[in-house]
Amino acid sequence: MPPAHQPPERPPLVELRQVHLSFGSNHVLKGIDLNVRKGDAVSIIGPSGSGKSTILRCINGLLTPERGEVVVGDTPVHALRTEAERIALRKRIGFVFQQYNLFPHLTVLENIVLAPVRILGVARETAEREARELLAKVRLADKIDAYPGQLSGGQQQRVAIARALAMHPELVLFDEVTSALDPETVGEVLSVIRQLVEDGMTCLLVTHEMRFAEEVSHEIVFTDGGEIVERGTPRDIFHAPRSPRTHAFINGLRN
Amino acid sequence: MATEQSMTVKAPWSAPSLPPTVLWFGVVALAWAALAHFQRETVAILWQWMPHLAAGLRMNVLISALAIAIGTLLGAIVGALELSHRRWVGAPARGYVQVFRNTPVLVLIFFTTYVFPFEIRLGSLYLAFPDWIKATLGLALPASAHVAEIFRGAILSITSAQWDASASLGFGRSQTLRWVILPQCVKRVLPPWMNLYAMITMSTTLASLVGVTELLESAKNASNTVNRTDFTVLIYLAVLTLFFLYCYPITRFTTRLERKYAFH
Ligand SMILES: Nc1ncnc2c1ncn2[C@@H]1O[C@H](COP(=O)(O)OP(=O)(O)O)[C@@H](O)[C@H]1O
Ligand SMILES: [Mg+2]
Repeated sequence: MPPAHQPPERPPLVELRQVHLSFGSNHVLKGIDLNVRKGDAVSIIGPSGSGKSTILRCINGLLTPERGEVVVGDTPVHALRTEAERIALRKRIGFVFQQYNLFPHLTVLENIVLAPVRILGVARETAEREARELLAKVRLADKIDAYPGQLSGGQQQRVAIARALAMHPELVLFDEVTSALDPETVGEVLSVIRQLVEDGMTCLLVTHEMRFAEEVSHEIVFTDGGEIVERGTPRDIFHAPRSPRTHAFINGLRN
Repeated sequence: MATEQSMTVKAPWSAPSLPPTVLWFGVVALAWAALAHFQRETVAILWQWMPHLAAGLRMNVLISALAIAIGTLLGAIVGALELSHRRWVGAPARGYVQVFRNTPVLVLIFFTTYVFPFEIRLGSLYLAFPDWIKATLGLALPASAHVAEIFRGAILSITSAQWDASASLGFGRSQTLRWVILPQCVKRVLPPWMNLYAMITMSTTLASLVGVTELLESAKNASNTVNRTDFTVLIYLAVLTLFFLYCYPITRFTTRLERKYAFH
């Protein structure tokens, strides 16, 4: 069981207020409100197409909402105008994708050190030493010189997590990171994320792994049709949902 | 592999594979062996003209290598500019490509030859601007337009997920291009680039029309001087062979590079 709810005076690290976004005539986000406090793990669940990925992309500035506010720490993300401002934001936020998106032309080591060396200006030896430590942490020390194409999905995803962590982010966004994996490799990726949450990393996860979400999350958010239908503790959402839509979604998954 | 889903551009005009090349090599060698046997005397005359032809070929090598170097550098830049989100950057770049891709190479060679002065004044210094350099520019311009299109196509063939991943790590657009996208393009760009190099090499013969003494011009001189039909046939066969000997190693080298960059 995750620790009981933290005292409310802890300020949120991520805050979304009435966020609206459309792709052409497709109104995808219809007034999203969301809070993630420092050190918390929050899971977003909901049917496919409900706007979960879009929410994450608004947080690291890959998308800009039409209306509403997105604040990370004291950065008003919705108001960022220049590429330099967005880069400064993204250095602080790790993003792990469903399809891993490793750089196929680089070895595992090069994938991990590229951004610290080129973007943060970390010395190469320092970056490599940290990369080795991170690879040991995700239990892939022996794959350091492999190319992504030579690794299984689960291994690639663990490299992608190490690559995100190498930037020392304040926050990591996970977008269905186990959905593309073979069932037998899902566990190894989840245990890496579990460790991260236990270490106190602030995590916002979009996931279909309900048992995992229930186990590691401080809070669950259920989205449907571009709205937040219900939010609460894992116990409330999974065992005593108030909304019939939440109830239907969770029961639908169980059967 | 996730990244394999992005289309691999398979050019119909990719570098020739080994067996046909070996066959062609054999035919050429055999033809020369037969000639050396039956046309001993004519081959002997040809041999005397060899230094003259070699000097001509050197000019073709020089022009083509310089033209492809300038064209590649310029083309990579123009290709990247074509994809710029800023309209006043993208539109001129696309215009440049359209103009130079759709103009006959010979026209461009005439154009650069007669538009540029024969020397350039730098203060009190006069730099000669010889015809062969003008012809090189005439070839480099269309080459850069073709290289720009090759690069643009390759850049567009990389999935947007790579841009997202790179942006999420804090890379800007030009840094993403430099460290993530272009290195992945090398493999896709090589076959069509190789094709372009061969095309430019062939086109260097056009320089003879603006008075540059290259291989074809040298052969014509020799043929006129000797003035024998069997010699004329032979010397043009020699020209063919020399071009083949120049282009073949380029093909082999590109194939090697392709293998080196085959990372998945
Ligand atoms: N880049 C895009 N362009 C146009 N429509 C998009 C784009 N990205 C997502 N959408 C649309 O937005 C809706 C929500 O997508 P998404 O946030 O990916 O949902 P989820 O992650 O919950 O499955 C979908 O209808 C999808 O088709
Ligand atoms: Mg999604």
